[in-house]
Amino acid sequence: MTNKKDTNIFNRMMSIDRRWVFLLLVIVCVTAYFIPFTIPILIEPEVAVIHEFIDTLPPGSIIFLAIDYDPASLAELHPMTYALLEQCFRRNLRVMCTALHPNGPSMAEAAFLDVADSCRMDKTYNGEFFPAREVVNGVDYCFLGYKPYPALVILGMGTNFRLPFPADYYGTPLDSIPLMRGVQNYDQMACVVNISGTSGTEYWISYGQGRFGFPLALGVTGVMGAEYYPFLNSGQVFGYMAGMLGAAQYEKLADNPGKAIIAMKVQLYAHFLIIFFIIIGNVGFFMDKYKKKREGR
Amino acid sequence: MKRQIPVFLVFIFGVFMVFQYFSPHEASEWVYKFLMDWIYIIGIFAMALGIWSLIHVSYDKIKHKRHDWGYSVVTLAALFIMTFFGITGFNENGDWGFYFMTQEGLTNPMFLNFFNYILVPIETTMFSLLAFFIASAAYRAFRARNVLASMLLVSALIVMLRFNPYFGDAFAFYMNKTAAWLLNVPNMAAKRAILIGIGLGMVGTALKVVLGIERGYMGKG
Repeated sequence: MTNKKDTNIFNRMMSIDRRWVFLLLVIVCVTAYFIPFTIPILIEPEVAVIHEFIDTLPPGSIIFLAIDYDPASLAELHPMTYALLEQCFRRNLRVMCTALHPNGPSMAEAAFLDVADSCRMDKTYNGEFFPAREVVNGVDYCFLGYKPYPALVILGMGTNFRLPFPADYYGTPLDSIPLMRGVQNYDQMACVVNISGTSGTEYWISYGQGRFGFPLALGVTGVMGAEYYPFLNSGQVFGYMAGMLGAAQYEKLADNPGKAIIAMKVQLYAHFLIIFFIIIGNVGFFMDKYKKKREGR
Repeated sequence: MKRQIPVFLVFIFGVFMVFQYFSPHEASEWVYKFLMDWIYIIGIFAMALGIWSLIHVSYDKIKHKRHDWGYSVVTLAALFIMTFFGITGFNENGDWGFYFMTQEGLTNPMFLNFFNYILVPIETTMFSLLAFFIASAAYRAFRARNVLASMLLVSALIVMLRFNPYFGDAFAFYMNKTAAWLLNVPNMAAKRAILIGIGLGMVGTALKVVLGIERGYMGKG
């Protein structure tokens, strides 16, 4: 039976039924999503450096894109992949790609097909006009697909891409792919960008960058955000995008607003709601403490 | 002898792998690649064992109608259906067939549809539920009960509010600066300490295994 002293207003402020929290969160997220407005996105240097690095590469350079995520992280990481791929193809850079997560190949394939579609239209980004172009598999990009044991694959590719991947995802031998002419290993890559929702990132840092010394940039989920800052400051990672915020910043830098910028307003208002509940809980906690002290309990 | 041979093999290969890492010689690279192939081969056997175990456990559950046996039916159905569609498909001439050695199964429309319209929504839904649990957990856990809890609470508020555009540029600037300091100094110091600890622990455990002190991998310590 509930005691009278436990049902005072302050106690209730501390123990709101979680279903109310869930309901309010749904209402806030859905409302923020459908109301058309934008929030300003401030750019952090660790995101800007990736954009600048790619933007200043000479045409024909090859970027290695490691797409190591599954549909669970799609909302946060797909926008990074899309913005980055579009920037590469518009600048006539070539892309090599692996997906070292079992569900990664479908993510990568969808991104390549969608961005190839987008490149068929004239676009202007950051005031620069980019005419429509055809993005061709094997010429503009080479998708190697999935292989188990990421550490071994990363090490193997350091010797020769043909060791772990004799053929690409579609079964074409690498020696028959135009993009692969003269391409042996990471030495021919301008940089590696790992977009990941898994611990595969650690393999890219330890076995990839650590052993072969290529420039490495990371795009990770929000919950992994704080995890990899030490590698940014140590110089092992030259650029870093974390979560939806990182994706939104990249979209803004690329002048290619997509789902991340839309999602940022939802995330901001969800954060406001969480802060509101934290304040309610703390006010209840302190007032209850004060009341008990006054009553001499 | 049954215990000495595995310990001897682990010692030989362990020591070889340590020296191989620092040796760029062609012979060393060749042996390294050979050993890497063995990992794939062992992995394939492990996968076969895993699939057999899954089938066995699920079948047993269904047969004896154990608690939640319905889920086992779904598990087995999903396993067989995805495998079937993954190894069948249409070739360039439009002929349907089984393709064990080539990639036709990956473009099988049913395989793609099951992935895009079943697996993708399931996984995204599961991950999105995290937002609800975080909201509920933050409300319950972030109470300023003592100094450490207050520091955690204030840090969380700063990181959450760092890109809030409604309190003016100066506020956003200082919040962003403070959040960057939190991530780059206290967070990084703690992470580095943990990473160094993990690294030393890994070296210690590896040495114990290579030197035959730790023999847990043989089933009995």
